[in-house]
Amino acid sequence: MSATTEQMAPPKGISAVGLRKSYGDKLVLDGVDLEVRPGTVFALLGPNGAGKTTVVQILSTLIAADGGQAFVSGQPLEDADAVRAQIGVTGQFAAVDGLLTAEENLLLMADLHHLDRREGRRRAAELLSQFDLAGDATKRASTFSGGMRRKLDLAMTLVGRPSLIFLDEPTTGLDPRSRRTLWHLIRELAKQGVTIFLTTQYLEEADQLADRIAVLDGGRIVAEGTAEELKRLVPGGHIRLQFADAHSLDAATAQLGLSTAVRDDENLSLQIPSDGSIPTLRSVLDLLERSRVHAQALTVHTPDLDDVFLALTGNGAAHHTAASTVKESLR
Amino acid sequence: MSTAYAMRDSMTMLRRNLKHAQRYPSMTVSIVATPILMLLLFVYVFGGTLGAGIPHSGSGGDRAQYTNFVVPGIILMAVTAGAISTAVSVCTDMTEGIINRFRTMAISRSSVLTGHVVGNVIQTMISLVLVIGVALLVGFRPHGSALDWVAALAMLSLLAFALSWVSAAIGLGAGSIEAASNAPMPLTFLPFLGSAVVPPSSMPVGLRQFAEYQPFTSITNTLRGLLMGTHIGNNAVIALAWGVGLSIFGYLWARSVFNRDARR
Repeated sequence: MSATTEQMAPPKGISAVGLRKSYGDKLVLDGVDLEVRPGTVFALLGPNGAGKTTVVQILSTLIAADGGQAFVSGQPLEDADAVRAQIGVTGQFAAVDGLLTAEENLLLMADLHHLDRREGRRRAAELLSQFDLAGDATKRASTFSGGMRRKLDLAMTLVGRPSLIFLDEPTTGLDPRSRRTLWHLIRELAKQGVTIFLTTQYLEEADQLADRIAVLDGGRIVAEGTAEELKRLVPGGHIRLQFADAHSLDAATAQLGLSTAVRDDENLSLQIPSDGSIPTLRSVLDLLERSRVHAQALTVHTPDLDDVFLALTGNGAAHHTAASTVKESLR
Repeated sequence: MSTAYAMRDSMTMLRRNLKHAQRYPSMTVSIVATPILMLLLFVYVFGGTLGAGIPHSGSGGDRAQYTNFVVPGIILMAVTAGAISTAVSVCTDMTEGIINRFRTMAISRSSVLTGHVVGNVIQTMISLVLVIGVALLVGFRPHGSALDWVAALAMLSLLAFALSWVSAAIGLGAGSIEAASNAPMPLTFLPFLGSAVVPPSSMPVGLRQFAEYQPFTSITNTLRGLLMGTHIGNNAVIALAWGVGLSIFGYLWARSVFNRDARR
């Protein structure tokens, strides 16, 4: 027993085809296909209510899908105990025992993984120091801050050395510092070869952590790819110049003479499509300098996942068709 | 999942629940305090009057007679109050999300609830000792043999076990801690509608029929027989049947709710 828990199980990913789920007449998942390669970080991105948690609940054996097939870590979902032996789950709400201390929480997990007492203590001590919780080991989890609870939650998930972990919105509600700490811990895990399935509504989080990102909206995957691939799907990179009056705006527009520039008379601004590189910026500034046109402010906007998110998710049938063409063109 | 692991996981869960009882004593205190207050209320406030209305069998005043009559009923209330707190502890686990963690682990599924139920039975039996101690202080004078006491405690454990399973099922389905705390409350009133505080023969017809056939009456009568030497008759068999039947019902109910899909 201890021999098998000692070494990391061979990493295997997730493959799911046509997952469907509805609650009553509310369709939550409408045929979700997913492919997560072993040892990678996969982010499922989507707005609130998109069905992210439902996907996690199905893949982690908490609930059964109404339709579809999935293998998790090489095991079919139907063989729930075989899947459970391979995975770790950190849910949206920290699942720690508030009346137990941090150490006792970890020892509880060790007992439930049938580690012997000595090995359990060793593992608990190791995780406490890895997660920087050693100083609070004997404090009750109910006294912990949100960030500490999440760290403990994640540490509990790792006691059994899972080859694949699900992180359902792991940093929702955390302050920026705790969020970065958790990101660091997640990256460390990824380095060790653990497959990570992450759901998030924070685009930066997906951008920071994930090798591949799928965008879930209205129960369907509307786009999938690397962060770079997704960013290429949407236009958005531009330089924005702000002027004090219409006269300057006119002058600048005339001087630049660009047909692609978008003029906004109401806000007295001019948007120039650009990759945001320094030579481009310099040429724009030089031009303004030479022609003595005074701009109040200049901002550079590079396309980010926010643009992708806003372009791909939302309501209405029109966007659904647009999104699926986007998805097709990606493949 | 092998039986050895099921046992081991249940023990792990039991240790966890006993730690909870120790760290969150206010629940334990209220479980012990309620029946003790009831006892004092019935002995000192109602005892003189109620004692005059029950058939006398021994020496002593009305109050002393009534104390011996009512204590087995109070003991039953203590068991009921203790057992139904399972609903709250199970529901707390549900709302804190830790049950979902357990559900995604390769552990014996029944161990989660078994830990709660067994932990609660132990806690209830400890509170029972305190209640009996106070009863002796206020003049309870039982004359059962050691064997009678063993039989009485065995029957009370069975009752605690049965009601804990029923409460576990209620707690799983309750959705909120308030609901989990209120839903099993009617159970604590059942002893009153039986032979716990007054003989059913003094009640109006409809109520009397209910009182004679509900589970607590046969259990109260058996307990009174064991501790006070009154006639038991077929009450023991009926009490045992209720205990076993309620245990099976509660277990199956709790298991089916537990295995149902996680909500949310």
